[in-house]
Amino acid sequence: MKRIYLDHAATTPVDKRVLKAMLPYFTQKYGNPMSLHSFGQEAQKAVEAARIKAAKFFNCSPEEIFFTSGATESNNWVIKGVAKAHQSKKPHIVTSAIEHHCVLEACQSVEKEGLAEVTYLKPDSRGIISSESVRKAIKNNTVLVSVMYVNNEIGTKEPVEEIGKILEGKILFHTDATQAVSYFDCDVKKLGVDFLSMSGHKIYGPKGVGILYVKKGSSISRIQEGGAQEREMRAGTHNVPGIVGLAKALELIKKDKKILQLRNHLISRILKEVPSSRLNGSLDKRSPNNANFTFNNIEGESLVMLLDKEGIASSTGSACSSRSLEPSHVLSAIGLKPEEAHGSLRLTLGKDTTKKDIDFTVEKIKKAVAKLREISGNVLEEYEQLH
Amino acid sequence: MFWKNMNNYTKKTLNQFLKPKNRGKIKNPDGVGMVGNPVCGDLMKVYIKVGENKKKEETIKDIKFETLGCVAAVASSSITTELAKDKTLKEASKITKDEIVKGLGGLPKEKVHCSVLANQALKKAIDDYYSKSPASSAASAKSSASSSAKSAASARGRSKRTRSRAGKAF
Repeated sequence: MKRIYLDHAATTPVDKRVLKAMLPYFTQKYGNPMSLHSFGQEAQKAVEAARIKAAKFFNCSPEEIFFTSGATESNNWVIKGVAKAHQSKKPHIVTSAIEHHCVLEACQSVEKEGLAEVTYLKPDSRGIISSESVRKAIKNNTVLVSVMYVNNEIGTKEPVEEIGKILEGKILFHTDATQAVSYFDCDVKKLGVDFLSMSGHKIYGPKGVGILYVKKGSSISRIQEGGAQEREMRAGTHNVPGIVGLAKALELIKKDKKILQLRNHLISRILKEVPSSRLNGSLDKRSPNNANFTFNNIEGESLVMLLDKEGIASSTGSACSSRSLEPSHVLSAIGLKPEEAHGSLRLTLGKDTTKKDIDFTVEKIKKAVAKLREISGNVLEEYEQLH
Repeated sequence: MFWKNMNNYTKKTLNQFLKPKNRGKIKNPDGVGMVGNPVCGDLMKVYIKVGENKKKEETIKDIKFETLGCVAAVASSSITTELAKDKTLKEASKITKDEIVKGLGGLPKEKVHCSVLANQALKKAIDDYYSKSPASSAASAKSSASSSAKSAASARGRSKRTRSRAGKAF
């Protein structure tokens, strides 16, 4: 059976050219960059060359690039590290209610430990955090604003550049750009950010490696101890093949219109051909690879499983797939009722997605939704009449 | 297969989900039971038609379900109707959630509440039948239904505490 992968927001395949660049660093140039000998030197050379490539991509200086194990670590580092570095006053952090769990849970953790107070900004019904709401949330003790560049569930593009202008460099500004790097301008100077997080595996690079950009002079403590790596800011042996692969993946990023056209074709067919369907999140302020739908009277996990049976990989914000019984915090924040969030389906396209893949997927979604609606009958309507 | 990593469903569960038995409505049912709520994501409705066997005992002559919910919810509904069909009302009201889980070859821990819901829906349908007809066994069937409601609530509480998000990788 042919398999169609439409879950690129979860992870992407490693590009063959990336893999090729990485391979020598497993079995031949396997040295530890911190070692003095020639093995260490060649590994260090590779890490520093990667740092220069990454700096070029983000338009910063190489000393501002810190390699981590991925965006989760980068985000944890920013939230906890900035809170820790500002303990002379009880610091205040502004973030949004639709951040990735690694930002939200890091914020909850510093709140719980009494290291900072946090404001969680609500998006509008399209999923956009307004720069005005950020401005209004600023207090005397605000030390950090953290707003994601592109939302991982509904793909909405947040006004990072606008927020950067409002903050004028007076308050530290972080953006989680994990889902943005492949599609939007990540020039840190244009964005006006002090910190930027990203992950290798979302951009056709390897898993287990990422970057935190830290603008020179930004006040942040380290949160991982035990080594002098990354200028004593991030302890732990460098993931040399991963770092080499990440830099290669950044180098290969090419923006083309094809993915947007395919995504729009998918959205227009689904909304036209599947009754009682809707798009979640803004249509125009959106990542070109993301589509997120709600289908009334179906549950997302069931839909994902029926599609998987047809070889199509997708994702849902339904609680049933999350193993907690709460539906997606993002869909709830943009005002969806629990039953609407349960009926959500996320499809995220990649560079190898074809029109044939999309047309096949639309046909299978139509069938699967109809089948699940046969099973569910009118129970939701009847329940609503009773309550 | 590649769905194995989605969730740890057994082959039996997936088969019941892909080809559910006794799906649909019964016109003029003798008893109906609806359970669940849209917040947790599962709604189940069970319809029964009551008949009589040779010993003149009341039996479940026909049973159908409608379910809005996840794979485990649909599969639990389907197996429950299979287990209950042709049983006497007395026997059917004694079906436990463990029998439903066993019929599916096991369920992931956080999905066990689906089996509890299916059991509850069946018992509610039987209670509904008794409440409409003056039968002596109504009291015993009712008590078993309400105890299963309690275990449904506790199963929900348990899975709410398991906060891993394995099915969704964002």
